[in-house]
Amino acid sequence: MSSRKPHFDKILIANRGEIACRVIRTAKKLGIKTVAVYSEVDADALHVRMADEAYCIGPAPSSESYLRIDKIIDVCRYSGAQAVHPGYGFLSENAHFAERLAQEGIVFIGPPASAIVSMGSKSESKTIMSNVGVPVVPGYHGSDQDPKHLFEEATQIGFPVLIKAVHGGGGKGMRTVHSPDEFYDALASAQREAQKAFGNADVLVEKYIVRPRHVEVQVFADTLGGCVSLWERDCSVQRRNQKIIEEAPAPGLSAELRADLSAKAVAAAKAVDYVGAGTVEFIFDNDTEKFYFMEMNTRLQVEHPVTEMITGLDLVEWQLEVAAGNPIPLAQTSIPLVGHAFEARIYAENPRNNFLPDSGQLLYLSTPTPTHVFAPSVSMQSPPHNEALSVPQFTPLRDPSTKVAPSVRLEQGFEQGAQIGVFYDPMIAKLVVHGRDRTEALRMLRLALEEYKVVGVSTNVEFLRALAGNQAFIDGEVETGFIPKHHEKLFPPVPYPPPEVIAQAALFIVLRDHPLTPLGPSSPWTTLPSRRFGGDVYERVITLQSEDTAAEPITVRVQSGTHGHFNVTVHTPSAERTYTNVPARLAPPSVLATTLEAAALKTTIVSQKPPAAIPASASPHTMERLHVFHGGRKTTLLVPSPKWLLSLGGDVLGTARGALRAPMPSVVVEVRVQLGERVEKGQPVVVLESMKTETVLRAPVAGVVKAIGCKKGEMVEEGKELVDIAEEDTAE
Amino acid sequence: MLTRFAGARLFRGTACAARRAYHPHVLPSLVSTSSPEFTAKAEAMDALVADLEAKLANVRQGGGQKAVDRMLKAGKKLPRERLALLLDPHTPFLELSQLAAHEVYPEAVPAAGIIAGIGRISGRECVIVVNDATVKGGSYYPLTVKKHIRAQEIAREHGLPCIYVVESGGAALPHQANVFPDKEHFGRIFYNMAQMSALGIPQIAIVHGISVAGGAYVPAMADENIIVRDQGRIFLAGPPLVKAATGEEVDEETLGGGQMHSSESGVTDHLARDDEHAISIARGIVGDLGKAGGQPVPPPEMPEDPLYPASELHGIVGTDLRQAFDMRDVIARIVDGSRFREFKKEYGTTIVTGFANVHGYPVGIVANNGILFSQSALKATHFIELCSQRQIPLLFLVNVTGYMVGSKAERGGIAKDGAKMVRAVACADVPKLTVIVGGSYGAGNYGMCGRAYSPRFLWMWPNAKVSVMGPGQLSQVMTTVSKDPTKHATLKSEIEEQSTALYASARLWDDGIIKPTDTRDTVGLALALAARERDTGSKRGGSYTTTWDGDGKGFGVFRM
Repeated sequence: MSSRKPHFDKILIANRGEIACRVIRTAKKLGIKTVAVYSEVDADALHVRMADEAYCIGPAPSSESYLRIDKIIDVCRYSGAQAVHPGYGFLSENAHFAERLAQEGIVFIGPPASAIVSMGSKSESKTIMSNVGVPVVPGYHGSDQDPKHLFEEATQIGFPVLIKAVHGGGGKGMRTVHSPDEFYDALASAQREAQKAFGNADVLVEKYIVRPRHVEVQVFADTLGGCVSLWERDCSVQRRNQKIIEEAPAPGLSAELRADLSAKAVAAAKAVDYVGAGTVEFIFDNDTEKFYFMEMNTRLQVEHPVTEMITGLDLVEWQLEVAAGNPIPLAQTSIPLVGHAFEARIYAENPRNNFLPDSGQLLYLSTPTPTHVFAPSVSMQSPPHNEALSVPQFTPLRDPSTKVAPSVRLEQGFEQGAQIGVFYDPMIAKLVVHGRDRTEALRMLRLALEEYKVVGVSTNVEFLRALAGNQAFIDGEVETGFIPKHHEKLFPPVPYPPPEVIAQAALFIVLRDHPLTPLGPSSPWTTLPSRRFGGDVYERVITLQSEDTAAEPITVRVQSGTHGHFNVTVHTPSAERTYTNVPARLAPPSVLATTLEAAALKTTIVSQKPPAAIPASASPHTMERLHVFHGGRKTTLLVPSPKWLLSLGGDVLGTARGALRAPMPSVVVEVRVQLGERVEKGQPVVVLESMKTETVLRAPVAGVVKAIGCKKGEMVEEGKELVDIAEEDTAE
Repeated sequence: MLTRFAGARLFRGTACAARRAYHPHVLPSLVSTSSPEFTAKAEAMDALVADLEAKLANVRQGGGQKAVDRMLKAGKKLPRERLALLLDPHTPFLELSQLAAHEVYPEAVPAAGIIAGIGRISGRECVIVVNDATVKGGSYYPLTVKKHIRAQEIAREHGLPCIYVVESGGAALPHQANVFPDKEHFGRIFYNMAQMSALGIPQIAIVHGISVAGGAYVPAMADENIIVRDQGRIFLAGPPLVKAATGEEVDEETLGGGQMHSSESGVTDHLARDDEHAISIARGIVGDLGKAGGQPVPPPEMPEDPLYPASELHGIVGTDLRQAFDMRDVIARIVDGSRFREFKKEYGTTIVTGFANVHGYPVGIVANNGILFSQSALKATHFIELCSQRQIPLLFLVNVTGYMVGSKAERGGIAKDGAKMVRAVACADVPKLTVIVGGSYGAGNYGMCGRAYSPRFLWMWPNAKVSVMGPGQLSQVMTTVSKDPTKHATLKSEIEEQSTALYASARLWDDGIIKPTDTRDTVGLALALAARERDTGSKRGGSYTTTWDGDGKGFGVFRM
């Protein structure tokens, strides 16, 4: 140990969100000072507050801030940071960045630039892999990027094919093409995304495997030639080609298969003289149990915590160790694999609307209480077998006596009040659980998800719960097509709001609008609620609506009796339910305490007011939303705007059918029409980008463009009119 | 006894002493609720209250289903729905004179076609006057005018913003002689609006429907007004009259619709989409009244419920006014903690005076326990002077047959002692409230702050009677005075009918009949109003002079 090299004194984290926070935590643990960088919109972000120093490096768009190599190097110089941790995304797999840092004498906490280059190019990486005996998927990885040529190649491979950015990752610049006629549109879109995200529009085309599983191996290599596998993860369940739930180890793998995967992954890493944390991704065929090399991610992945949980390691610590020039802390034979871990990614998105990203403020955030900050270390007896004995390589160290305490970790980069903007990835947090086995881990996950309450943006929390409770998923029948295959079960019809939820929502409104007077001398004008002298019985009629705006509205009649007691009658289209003499109290701003039919309830109800500047309309986005967390699920009720407000809103919005509005806050990528141009119905008119995902808005009617209310590169609010098309009279 | 005194001395001034269970000011309850007399009285009062409730329920129906359906079909809110939307949710509404015009006119005019009362809007107490268009199209009968003007008087005395919810065809023409010409007739409404505006008491009008002729001046005189589009109409003369006068043919909307008045004439300030919108605008206006809206003042003491249930009031008082009861039993069921700090308890025992709190607000109570003698009159005078000096509002709990008569009383100077009491009541410089729980006869009515003595509010219990003398005396007087015995019976029954609470309330001789059990809350709300502070107007002991002399205030808000 005398040769052990010291850690850095100060590192810079060239990232944001949860991963920046994650790196800072380990650095703090090791006594390393941290430097954060941030864009203008992130000035109040958690990572900025956690770091010892923080520097603003530019405006919100990442190309002007988090991707600005020059500015980051300036900050390194200024702050005296000796190394840069790139996190994932942004500059993490940018070879040029690694080179520039090397020139400046700053350590890049990651692989050498050459490895990034080799693995960053999908075509090159496959050639290398083929050469060292790692199986690859058939495809075209050539440099001829002529669309026609690519189309021919695709035809030769046979549809369906996958178009991927050569330098891509994380699903960006990736398109599945099922039939030849979709090819050119998909190609253009993939190229554009690639150009934007990676500065290179080159794509490759390969065979699309119909029932694949996504299995990846975490590898770690040091500068001394050591390289180990930290076992595999299964990240099969994906949506929009992006992972949402990951687990380790992969379910249903034989020991031989696991060893084979690890062996191939280590071989792959060694082939490019890899250093640091890397992930070798394979497409795994569920039926044939064959796997093909897909790509190697030359960074710490989003889902690294599941590996940490089953191995009891801190991979960021390992990264720092390796970057300092030290050997990998453990030999392959000493790397444990204990229990089972899951990571659920909590995204601001709308699963029921094709997982479309959402943005907005985290108005309310309440999370399960984590049991651990880092993976609990696995305390194991020293290896029971003698090192000298020929232990099979790539066999996990397992000790049946090892105790696994179920644990919950939360990796989050945002707090209540934070903005989930349109500029960056819409991931809010990662929920990581670890249990003795897969069943226990899933049980933990379901409970933790139940306790994860978010208001302000749509999230996939409920979907993740449905997923974690899905029988096929519990049985480990994972594949990348899992969501479409089990779509019906994963998206059960939204249950009609139960009467007790409606009653509580109504009481919330009543108590919020007319708070009970606090103890103390107060006028009877406040302490005699709704007393009508002369026999009138005052009842407040509250109209609510389920999220299905086509459904008939719900009316609730609330009468107030003695101080703090109410009679509540819920009328739904199908039923009527009365609760009498209900005591209710509101602990502001969002906890309602009631007793409904002898059940004492403490319910979190969060009001989400519509954006004030958007005119009222029948769209749910212009109504107040009440989020009632009751019975382990979130029920959202809408408070419809009164008729007059709709009438006023209607005046503002106009009734033109041809108006195209931004469905969410986004950036205008392209305006494809010009003033006065004739358009066909369904013709692409505007391309928007939100959360790095493009949306094409098409003409709702055929006609002539009479107004264009946006321009390329402009940031538009939800509901903003982008293009107005004068509808063509069909009779003409 | 000794030990208790010792203990009290020991703990004097400590929390322990303050927490003792027995309080010398707590009125004991000596009522036997199971006695046959109690039960009989309770049953009689229950029946009377039930009858009152039935009559009120009937009044709340307004002008009948047909008229209600017509309004609903037109997409309008009903008058009481408008009221409920206008008020802050889950706050009280103190409705006035619901039985106005009850059996006064040949045709039914429920509540005199107007809903009036005091309620909270945007956290401020306001006087609200709602035309009930289901009742004769909201037209003004003589009693409608009287009720409207009475509501304005209450607003003026308390400095309460006025909200007029207008939908009215104006004066009921067949009654024009009793509606139009006199001092306290239709014109007085606008006179009041102008003066209140000048005094800084905001005048707000919402025009939900037709507002024609004299009625057109309600929105026009208001400080700020709202009209509902395609529904509210303001014009001095309707289309038929216009055609007759000038030959011009014009429809109502063009002549006086919301669009025209908001965009061209400038008669209206806000154009609403529908009733709900108009009311929401009005709530916003009240929220923007600034200091003109006045400030509620919280009570100085913590409110406390009485120790004994208010329901027992029925069995204590009953309906037969000849049966005496101790007014302290009534007070014990009205005041905070049933605590009554009695003044001159042993002197002039037919009148009960003392201090108490109702809903935390201090009040001086003057209550009858029999005929008024010289001693009682002097005691009451003394107490009223005390309250006036101390600026403590007065509450009169009335059950009085009058001042003592007879040579002994006259020799004792009952006339001059009674006059002292009447003078004290007339000039007391504090808000006065009167609740007639039994009879209010003869000069006793004056001494106990009858309507003529301008109490801020005067309420009657359903059993209450008000007339120049009690029915017994009346019969005897009749026999001596009148020669025609056949007329005695008719006159007696006539006077008896005219002395009932129902008869009085129908003619606005009071502000409404209240259930005995509502007395505490009603009085509490009124005391809260009396306690309000205002920055505007001339202030004299918290009350406003009712004689206009300009008062250095200039004019109100002119409509430009």
